[in-house]
Amino acid sequence: MEFLIATSIKLGLIAFVLLTALAYIQWVERKVIAHVQVRMGPSRVGPHGLLQPLADVIKLITKEGVLPPHVNKVFYLAAPILAVFMALITISVIPFGTSVTALGHTTMMELADINVGVLVVLAVSSMGVYGIALAGWSSNNKYSLLGGLRSSAQMISYELPMSLAIAAPLLTAGSLSFRTITNAQAGYSLGVIPHWAIFAFPAPQIFSFIIFMIAAFAETNRIPFDLPEAENELVAGFHVEYSSMSFAAFFMAEYANMVTVCCVATLIFLGGWHPLWPAAYGSNFVAPLIFAGSGVICISHGINYVRPFDRITLPVFGVVFLGLAGIFLFPPLVPVLMPLFWFLAKVSFLLFVFIWIRATLPRFRYDQLMSFAWKFLFPVALVNLLLTGFLVALVS
Amino acid sequence: MPPIPNGVPMSFYLGLSAILFVIGVAGFIFRRNIITVFMCIELMLNAVNLSFVTFANHHKQVAGHIFTFFVMVVAAAEAAVGLAIILTVFKNRTTLNIDEVDSLKN
Amino acid sequence: MIDLLFFGIFAAVAVLCAINVVVQRHPISSALSLVGVMASLAVLYLLLGGEFIAMAQIIVYAGAVMVLFIFVIMLLNAGLEVRRGRSWMATLFGAPALLGLLGVLACLLVRWFPDSPIIKFGDFPGGTTKEIGMALFTDYLLPFEVTSVLILIAILGAVVLARKELD
Repeated sequence: MEFLIATSIKLGLIAFVLLTALAYIQWVERKVIAHVQVRMGPSRVGPHGLLQPLADVIKLITKEGVLPPHVNKVFYLAAPILAVFMALITISVIPFGTSVTALGHTTMMELADINVGVLVVLAVSSMGVYGIALAGWSSNNKYSLLGGLRSSAQMISYELPMSLAIAAPLLTAGSLSFRTITNAQAGYSLGVIPHWAIFAFPAPQIFSFIIFMIAAFAETNRIPFDLPEAENELVAGFHVEYSSMSFAAFFMAEYANMVTVCCVATLIFLGGWHPLWPAAYGSNFVAPLIFAGSGVICISHGINYVRPFDRITLPVFGVVFLGLAGIFLFPPLVPVLMPLFWFLAKVSFLLFVFIWIRATLPRFRYDQLMSFAWKFLFPVALVNLLLTGFLVALVS
Repeated sequence: MPPIPNGVPMSFYLGLSAILFVIGVAGFIFRRNIITVFMCIELMLNAVNLSFVTFANHHKQVAGHIFTFFVMVVAAAEAAVGLAIILTVFKNRTTLNIDEVDSLKN
Repeated sequence: MIDLLFFGIFAAVAVLCAINVVVQRHPISSALSLVGVMASLAVLYLLLGGEFIAMAQIIVYAGAVMVLFIFVIMLLNAGLEVRRGRSWMATLFGAPALLGLLGVLACLLVRWFPDSPIIKFGDFPGGTTKEIGMALFTDYLLPFEVTSVLILIAILGAVVLARKELD
């Protein structure tokens, strides 16, 4: 019973935070790309465009869902649901931090600690291709069919280097449970260098990490590998016939896949919730310092305002940030919040990399994409796995 | 009305496996599309795999799982070759109906 | 009790999807029903304590083999199956033969397992990745290597078949 209550609370919390985060990643992406291109980005709805995601959601819900007459109705309607379901369900095996004790009950910060967690993520993400392939096929449109074909070939191809890249750090961790893998990366050599898989002693997994990230870009259909939805050759690829919420579902699935991939990379390669340097050297004060600094900057900009409404909004943000800094300094909450902060910081950094690359790189050509996967990435991943296995066997 | 068992009787698993296998055979016999026939073979392999895993549980030995693993691997290889053959057949005859692929007979 | 509930749900899903594989006239519908069968079998493997096999089932079968099927169906733009009844032999002898097969299987089942043992979730801990890996790379190393050679041959065969039509 206690388990059921705790799980329901965690389920609600995770669903709320994840869905809100998905909407706001879109806002962050638009803002970051705008600033890369020396523009403002969304700025009309709410202060600094912060209510833009809400406006987008309202717009998409109230739009008419067009059901074209020439589609295969069952699969046309099922495809977006399938895509978003497969994208959201993986979050259930991702641990976010250590345990929480509330009202005398202790619970882990995740929905389920499965001892084949890594395989669950691989399995569910390999099912995600059905949503895209079916959407492309059932739309009965040559552009979307091409997008669906491309995406199924691309996702099968890049799954191999991705799995091989994940397999290499698992050799050092010796487990398939995310919590065990992350706990194996605790501690510091020479006092400062963290035991993360990318710095691990017998075989540093830096190449696995790079291969994993490249394959992750392809698996989530992001630039430079967004061939299935290439706007200028396939109009919009597999979702060209979709509108309203079913169109939004594909975007939600894409962003949810991005979040999952970043969480997996953080947990397997970047030490999960273990801080960059030991708490003895003050890693616990990073979060309060960042939030306090942001708060002070906001308040000072609010006092010397440029736009009239900054006079009201920026001090409010400043006070919120200072309050957050205070919460992070509150001693009983530190062991709960610090792992969460470091985990989210790493995930956000990786998400920023995704957006950064989108603003930087052009799109691959399709034959380049395939030959890159099979002739370069796959052999490199194989050699990397071989070397890692050799080194691990040599040391143990 | 017998009491509800605290678990699943092993014969249920084996019966399910048998039913799935027979459905696979039925599809193999009655269907005319070469891809569907191929899928029915996969269905039969899956049904047999369920038996293997059930017996692994019954005998408390991992060998059944190993055998299932090999079946999966071989099925994957078989799918690659089989679909390549289907592609070639379709390119040469532009049909997927197995009744029309009978040039050895005529 | 809850074991039986889960078994009932997923066995029913498996059987219904399997029937749908055979009944549907469009290959894509059949393929997706087959994915349903495979997913529900994966759940049954979990009930039987085969966590690695369950995940391998989803990754290999549902995630790779069936995607390949759907890829080929989409590529060939396979439409509804044409039924012309040219193979009357299959229709004539198929149904009795099927009933016979089911009867033989049921008979063997009843004879070999008159009072079948009860399988409870969690009473077989040997299906973990570690156990399977240990068995695979010690006792079953030769079959494993032979299988890898088989896959290599299959890849070569597929490449040769696919190349020929390009010339």
